[in-house]
Amino acid sequence: MSLKDVLMPFTAWGNLFKTPVTIKDSRNVEAAPRYRGFHMNDADKCIGCGTCEEICQNAAIDLVEVAGYEAKDGDSGLRPMIDYGRCCWCALCVDVCTTQSLRLTNEYKWISSDPEDFRFVPGVDEKHWNNRTEGYTKMDGYDLYSTQRVEMGELHAEERDKSFVEMIKGYSLEQAQKEADRCVECGICIATCPAHMGIPRYIEAVRHGDMEEGLRILYETNPLPEICGRICTHKCETVCSLNHKGDALSIRWLKRYIADQVPAERYKEILGTDKIVKNGKKVAIVGAGPAGLSAAHYLSLMGYQVKVYEVQEAPGGMTRYGIPEYRLPYDMIDKDIDYIKSLGAEFQFGTRVGVDVPLETLEKEYDAVFAATGLHLGRSTRVPGSDHKRVYQAIDLLRDVSYGKEIDLSEKIVVVGGGNVAMDITRTIARLQNKKYGKVGVTATCLEAEGSMPADDEEVIEAREENATIDPGWGPQEIIVENGEIKGLRVAKCLRIFDDEGRFNPTMDMENQKVFEAEMIVESIGQGMDISYTDNIKEKLTFGPRGRIQVSPDFQSDIPWLFVGGDIIEGPDVIHGIANGHKAAKGIDKFLKGK
Amino acid sequence: MFTFNEDRSLFPRHDEKGKPIVDVESGQFTKIWQGPIHPGMTGNMSLELTIQGDEIMDCVTHVGYLHRGFEKLMERRRFIQCFPICVRVAVPEPDFNEYCLASTIEELSGIEVPEAANWMRTLLLEMSRLQSYLAQMGGQGSSFGLGLIGQWTIWARDLVLDRFEEITGGRIYHMHMPPGGVRSLLPAGFVGRMNETLDEISAVMEEVERVLFHNSVFKKRAIGLGYIDPNWVDEYGITGPNARAAGVAKDVRKDNPYLMYDRLDFDVHLEYESDVFARAKVRYRDILTTIDLIRQILPQVPTKGEFMAEVPNVLHWKIPYGETYKRAECTRGEYGYYTVTDGSGYPRRINVRGPSYTHAVTLMEKMAINLNIADTAGVMSSLHTYPPEVER
Repeated sequence: MSLKDVLMPFTAWGNLFKTPVTIKDSRNVEAAPRYRGFHMNDADKCIGCGTCEEICQNAAIDLVEVAGYEAKDGDSGLRPMIDYGRCCWCALCVDVCTTQSLRLTNEYKWISSDPEDFRFVPGVDEKHWNNRTEGYTKMDGYDLYSTQRVEMGELHAEERDKSFVEMIKGYSLEQAQKEADRCVECGICIATCPAHMGIPRYIEAVRHGDMEEGLRILYETNPLPEICGRICTHKCETVCSLNHKGDALSIRWLKRYIADQVPAERYKEILGTDKIVKNGKKVAIVGAGPAGLSAAHYLSLMGYQVKVYEVQEAPGGMTRYGIPEYRLPYDMIDKDIDYIKSLGAEFQFGTRVGVDVPLETLEKEYDAVFAATGLHLGRSTRVPGSDHKRVYQAIDLLRDVSYGKEIDLSEKIVVVGGGNVAMDITRTIARLQNKKYGKVGVTATCLEAEGSMPADDEEVIEAREENATIDPGWGPQEIIVENGEIKGLRVAKCLRIFDDEGRFNPTMDMENQKVFEAEMIVESIGQGMDISYTDNIKEKLTFGPRGRIQVSPDFQSDIPWLFVGGDIIEGPDVIHGIANGHKAAKGIDKFLKGK
Repeated sequence: MFTFNEDRSLFPRHDEKGKPIVDVESGQFTKIWQGPIHPGMTGNMSLELTIQGDEIMDCVTHVGYLHRGFEKLMERRRFIQCFPICVRVAVPEPDFNEYCLASTIEELSGIEVPEAANWMRTLLLEMSRLQSYLAQMGGQGSSFGLGLIGQWTIWARDLVLDRFEEITGGRIYHMHMPPGGVRSLLPAGFVGRMNETLDEISAVMEEVERVLFHNSVFKKRAIGLGYIDPNWVDEYGITGPNARAAGVAKDVRKDNPYLMYDRLDFDVHLEYESDVFARAKVRYRDILTTIDLIRQILPQVPTKGEFMAEVPNVLHWKIPYGETYKRAECTRGEYGYYTVTDGSGYPRRINVRGPSYTHAVTLMEKMAINLNIADTAGVMSSLHTYPPEVER
């Protein structure tokens, strides 16, 4: 102890002349630009996926209904409500947000005497920080789940352009589990899927490596998983919440993975369908397409004796006769259908109801009838020259290819249409031309401009990889015929397709025309239905727009014993057909039990 | 009136297990509680003191006022959800929880953290050390009536918190080190502002040095007070400045380098008197070292590049069976997380090894004997303990 120790503390008095560091009014202190303050949600961008609610470890977030936001495809209609009695401002909700709509502002002052105020819906409830732009947002450079899908192996263009071997290779277990790991289990997909499949649950089964459980979940709502796992229009992926800041989850490929892993002979054991108790009632199904097969499956499980009448030589409908083998191999169709057959459903092929068997006969012999005859009539462009014998319908050609018939090809072919069927026939023709001539000479054209073609993007890309020419944005004007031979298709630039009222009414720029050279034209602008088998009972039915038979939510027509579904009611696509078939089966069961 | 004429250091007598023999019923002792609400306590815990006159005869430490059950809660949380919880284990110095938890999860999952993230973590841990030491230094002064020190150092600590706020968006709970890396690199212009802050803190520390360490009151009370025998260090599991002030060089940063410490130049400071004054001196020199370390780290933190490793989907992150213990040197000593995983999406067990447990609970009971009750706050403060970390 020294005198220094006594005097030194007095140097603190030196501070007396310094500016005080105390902030007099702390209410004016601005927080740092990245401060984690009160929540703000861009409610229009938010899809109510609930991932924020899922990750919040304090259960501070609830998804609630709010005025102005309705549930629709890709949006649950719910928005997060935050309880500031529980929130710890960790901002994991911000980091995990699939749409990046949720953020924290740097506002931190909020006074209210009502505790209930501190439960609010950010971005919907009016708050004084709603216009603040500063605050915490997730930095680019990381994500709490992978935003990139596991790439699917497929045959290269040069490996597949002459063959009908399936081009998609399928995932390995490791790939499937990695892809399944990306799912945030929001369930937005369930609502959009026409069959409302338990998508997050079967993806969870893939994660757990439990394909048997996965198969059970698939069959709850979809008896054609091999088919759907390959060619479903996957509306689920379009609305997938991961789609907002990365790639959508490969839901379709994961479904395919499950079905591929389980051998057909184990289906009955796994699905517990060894012993079905018959109830003695009979149901006739017209058409062995996805809707008919789906109905046959669920009705068989309920104990009904089911007989399916099919005009073609094999079951599958459009999946067999409309979709090329490189997308959907026939043995995969057979795998799904053989199982349905094994449940006791009978099939009668080569029989056209209304011609070979009148509908009245079915009415007499069966307790109920489910008609799902599909869209098998091609539509014509009706431009001059379209009645030429070398003008074909895509659907007819695809059917012929499925039957193994020789197609009378030309070296130059034009396909009119921009949908998936148009791409199917284009790519089929490309393969056949490649085999026959060693080169591809097919051009597809459609009204829609590049980027807005109705076909899936990957179909267009892959068609081009296979050397087919896709030249969209043109409207057909005339098929040029000289000396009885087709010389080409004259087209005009399409300016717009729909008029101001949204009706189909294409406008062409007649100054801008060109000719696609061709010796053969294939039309693929949609299909129509043939329901002439109902001619005798027509007056008892009600018809809606486009000649569709009006049905109840159970797919029951105005004639109680007649149920109608599939592409002639909804769609057209496989998953709607499957969903229709399932609902119709339940409707038939309800109808017959009440009888 | 009973008078005790023997050597006072022998009083109270101890039984063969080393426990003081105090017969409270004899009427010769008074029992008082210091805490749980007491300005001399470093948080929500209390000392049950048996005193004779103003001399402590026996001390039983009581905890349980702040038990939130975080270790158990974490067993019911996904791995990512543990990350906002764990910071609350040690309120005044939360970052070490973040680091230790993240590093156990990373090791058990086999995740390699990008170098930029490791630099950021090193910086954040040193900044955390700085603010924690500054708070302690203020408390140490205040416990001997020198409230001015606290006013200076708490202000200086706030400057560090400002910098934390800039990087992480939070002042106290930063939640910036999720398993896999960090949530961001440094914002623009940060290095300059941090250097300014360090200059200001250095100036404050010069004043603290004059006013606290050359202060006859502090010296008179702190020198010789609260002696920790170097032999107790291993016996009681004493780490950090409490051990270093007893001449035992224990510093995880040197003994078992983690993050980027093997690429930084710093010394471990030792004192040998092992009293309150010596511990304060060790901490003072540590603060200066930390300032120097931050100055070394700042230019080395990358301004761009990867700062977060790819992690599995955090919503169903599962970690195979495994167990590990990761540690770091915090201001109180060795901080560690022992994490056991069982292949599920939740930790099977997380045990937090906080130095406060040994220092505040067992060591304090021993040190309190024969202490003047007026000095308990000073001794308690010199052990630098955080009750939330004792109880988790």
